[in-house]
Amino acid sequence: MRLEYFQLIDRIVGLDRDARTIRTEATVPNESTIFEGHFPGHPLMPGVLLIESMAQTSGWLLIALNGFARMPFLAAVKEAKLRRFVTPGERLTLDAQLAHDGSGYAVTKVKVSANGKPICDSELTLRVMPFPHPDLKVHMVSMADRLGFPMEARTDG
Amino acid sequence: MSSTFDTVANIIAETCDIPREKITPESHAIDDLGIDSLDFLDIAFAIDKAFGIKLPLEQWTQEVNEGKATTEEYFVLNNLCARIDELVAAKGA
Repeated sequence: MRLEYFQLIDRIVGLDRDARTIRTEATVPNESTIFEGHFPGHPLMPGVLLIESMAQTSGWLLIALNGFARMPFLAAVKEAKLRRFVTPGERLTLDAQLAHDGSGYAVTKVKVSANGKPICDSELTLRVMPFPHPDLKVHMVSMADRLGFPMEARTDG
Repeated sequence: MSSTFDTVANIIAETCDIPREKITPESHAIDDLGIDSLDFLDIAFAIDKAFGIKLPLEQWTQEVNEGKATTEEYFVLNNLCARIDELVAAKGA
């Protein structure tokens, strides 16, 4: 994770386009300016960033399913539960499943765990639309390379 | 049609916390009921699930934005329900 750059996923470790699921991993950094304020003497991964990590995992799933044709944007967070504190250095596993593929939107169910134990979960709605700027698509392709995005998922189908 | 309307009205009432009695077949989802685009995603999700269809929201929005259709054609509830019935019928054809 690079919290200051909103890079909340380290790698994609599993993608099943038939089952419409993805698994990603991320390690909370030991050092971050965010921990200076959140909180002094008691550094915690902010819950809003855990939600963002679930959104980014969902986003990569949707990009995989549409073959980089469209870009997902977080639109709604439902029933988010932050079950325990997450501290620097923890290694997180994130699992997302497509719950519904709508017209211009999608709904996912996402869970974050560590060592097999649940940390947080939510149902997310994402708007899915054409890339609003070509630079964004270039950026996402570059990010995909860094995250180990499967080559076979780079085209629609 | 009536059962489609009842289902849709119940979905809207539950999703948007609108009193059920305020929702009529003549209600315009946006202009009369004040439903915004984000709430309509929730409604679309519930309708898609309830009827086993996929409301073509993107196509409708594009048609409205391009002046090829009016919002009344898709968002007045008796018209919306007619579209849903068409999609259900097409699915079964």
